[in-house]
Formats: sequence, C-alpha cells, structure tokens
Amino acid sequence: MPNLKDLKNRINSVKSTRKITKAMQMVAAAKLRRAQEAAEQARPYAERFNAVMAGLAQSTRDSPTAPRLLAGTGSDQTHLLVVMTAERGLCGGFNSSIAKLTRSHAEKLRREGKTVKILTVGKKGREALKRDWSASFVGHVDLGAVKRIGYANAQEIAQDVLSRFDAGDFDVATIFFSRFQSVISQVPTAQQVIPASFEEDAAPSTLYDYEPSEEAILTDLLPRGVATQMFSALLENAASEQGARMSAMDNATRNAGDMIDRLTIVYNRSRQAKITSELIEIISGAEAL
Amino acid sequence: MADTLQFDLVSPERRLASVTAREVQIPASDGDMTALPDHAPTITTLRPGLLRVVHGGGSDEYVVSGGFAEIGATAVTVLAEQALPRAEVTQALLDAMLADARARGGAADATAKAVADITALGEQVGLTART
Repeated sequence: MPNLKDLKNRINSVKSTRKITKAMQMVAAAKLRRAQEAAEQARPYAERFNAVMAGLAQSTRDSPTAPRLLAGTGSDQTHLLVVMTAERGLCGGFNSSIAKLTRSHAEKLRREGKTVKILTVGKKGREALKRDWSASFVGHVDLGAVKRIGYANAQEIAQDVLSRFDAGDFDVATIFFSRFQSVISQVPTAQQVIPASFEEDAAPSTLYDYEPSEEAILTDLLPRGVATQMFSALLENAASEQGARMSAMDNATRNAGDMIDRLTIVYNRSRQAKITSELIEIISGAEAL
Repeated sequence: MADTLQFDLVSPERRLASVTAREVQIPASDGDMTALPDHAPTITTLRPGLLRVVHGGGSDEYVVSGGFAEIGATAVTVLAEQALPRAEVTQALLDAMLADARARGGAADATAKAVADITALGEQVGLTART
C-alpha cells in the first residue's frame, strides 16, 4: 500500500489536472460559439454561390470550350489531397480521424496506380501523415499565427492550389476536413474541388441572362469558387476542432473527478488502517504492563 | 407591379445588408447597370466600384470588388468578395486593392482594366489612387 504522503500528492496532482482540463473546456466552449457564428455568417454566401455555379456549370459542362477548372484536364492520374487539420492537439479524435480518412483515400489511389500529392494545412495533420506519406508532401500552410480565420486565408490557399493546377502539377484536387454536426459529432469529409463538382439539384430553376457570356462569368467565378469552398471547409473545421476539444476536455474533467474520488477512498482507508494499527499497538502495550 | 425589391449584399464573411430597396445601381463588369423591380433575371460579374442602393429612407453606398450580382424580378443578391460601407473605405485599403490588382498578374489589359477601375472608384469616393 502506498504511503499517505504519496497518495496526498497524487490527489493534488489530479486535482490540478482537472482544473486545467476544466479551463480548456470552457475556453473551447467560448471559441466554439464564435466559430459557429462565423460559420453561420458565411453560409448565405456559400449557398448562393454554389447555386449559381451549379446552374452555370450545368449549361456549360458539355461545351468543348468549358474552362479546365470545371471540365478537368482530361486525365485523373495525379491527385492533390489538401488535408486541413488543427494546429493543436488535445481535441479528441479530431485530427486523427481526418488523417485516417486521408490515409485510406491515399492508399486506395496508390493501389489504383495514381500519383498522390499532399498539401497539408495545419501542423497536426502533417505530423500524423509524416511517417507513411512524407514523400508525397508538396507543401504546407501554417495557420498557427491566425487567430480568426478570414477569407484572405482561404484565398491564399486557393491561390497556391490554383497556381499548381495551372502549372500542371495535378489533375484532381480533393480537400479533407471535418464537417461540424454537433458538439459530439464531427464527420471527416472528402470533397472534390477541382474539377468542380456541384449537386445537380442545387441549380436554380429560373433562366437567367448572363452578362458577359456564361463562359466568361464561369472563368471569372471558378477560381473564386475554389476559395469559397476552402473558406467554408476551414470554418467547418474550426468549429469541429473546438467541438471535439470541448467534449474531449469534458470527458477528461469527468475522468479526473472519478479518479480523485477513488484516490480519496484509498487515502481514507489507509489513514484509517494506520490509526487502527497505532491503537492496537498502544492497547497491547498497555496490556503487557 | 411591385415597386420594391429585396436587396441582399453578402461577402464571404458576413451579410452586410438586407433591405427593401427601390433601385440598386450595380458596377457590373461591362458597365454600370441599375436594377429596378421586375428586371429580367440576369447574372453579371462585378468590377471594383461603387454600389448604390436607393430605399425608402434614402440611399446607401458600398464599395464592392470581385464576385457577381444575381438580379431577379423581386430580388437582387450581390455576392462580393470584398464589400465595405463607403464610409469605411480608407486610403490604405485603396492602396492595398491597387497593389493586389497589380500583383495578381494575368493578361496585361485585364490588370490595366482593374487598375483603372480602382482608380475611378478612388475618385468617386474622394481618394486618390497613388501609382
């Protein structure tokens, strides 16, 4: 049985751990609210944008002069995977589930004989994929210094991806991120951004006049569409990260509480045992006289 | 015939305006256009410029750049990559927009057009675009 002093120290250390996880949980809750608000504010733009793009894409898709961002390069040999993860850990399975999805996707592509290139956004994803896929890394975007994700951040990443596309570095780009459903559920998602894919039923039913021509608008809007999709993904990811961290820290706080209870019982029991044995010593000492 | 239309101005980060308007003047890439109620459904891209909304209580002006406008019979939705109320536009912002347009590269006349648009915009809001 460990001595009382050790047990006391142990209980105190778990107590301070609980304080830390509790604080982290509350910080995550506050950040989650802000992240959710940001995601909500960005939604109208993304929704309208996608609806209009879907309409445009439908009417131009089969045209021989359709922009390459929509029609693709005609091959799907080289894939670029853009992996968006957090800059920080301690958020449950958030980072690892995105990395896992990426890994299975990349392995599938490799088995099919395709070339895989990986662009990482966020430090944790890079660390998780480093062991098996470091040869495929083509770049990294560090968002560690960014407190609040803005459209400019998404634009920068999109710019980077688009210039690689123009240089012919890849044929298909897919982004990996976590879709926020609720505090306890975040779904890792893969979404193809180049060539652009749209849900067919999102198209508006009205017939529009286009000024300038449909294709000119499409050429202008497609690169912006990539940035828009990246932006929504980043925002979803930010909300998911905070949600995951919040529930992970909630669990940790509860576990610490349980542990303190258990340790306290052991502590009390051994203190009692010590007192009892001291009493017996005194009594038997008195009897011996 | 309805004499008003629903006007929404959204940027990627937030919704800037959602009002009932009488007319909306849009800086479209092929020239300014004014949308009145019962306009034919049109989608047009934007150039950097000044967007003006006339509604019951007067008019509001916004500086927009990049994106498109969706015009319908009863509603106008402007999705601008950059959008700010006119009063918030500063010299520094205008300079940044100019630098951005120059840095973006692309076809020489496209850059020249963007620079000219931004310069004209600067004059409209009373700022001078430094070269």
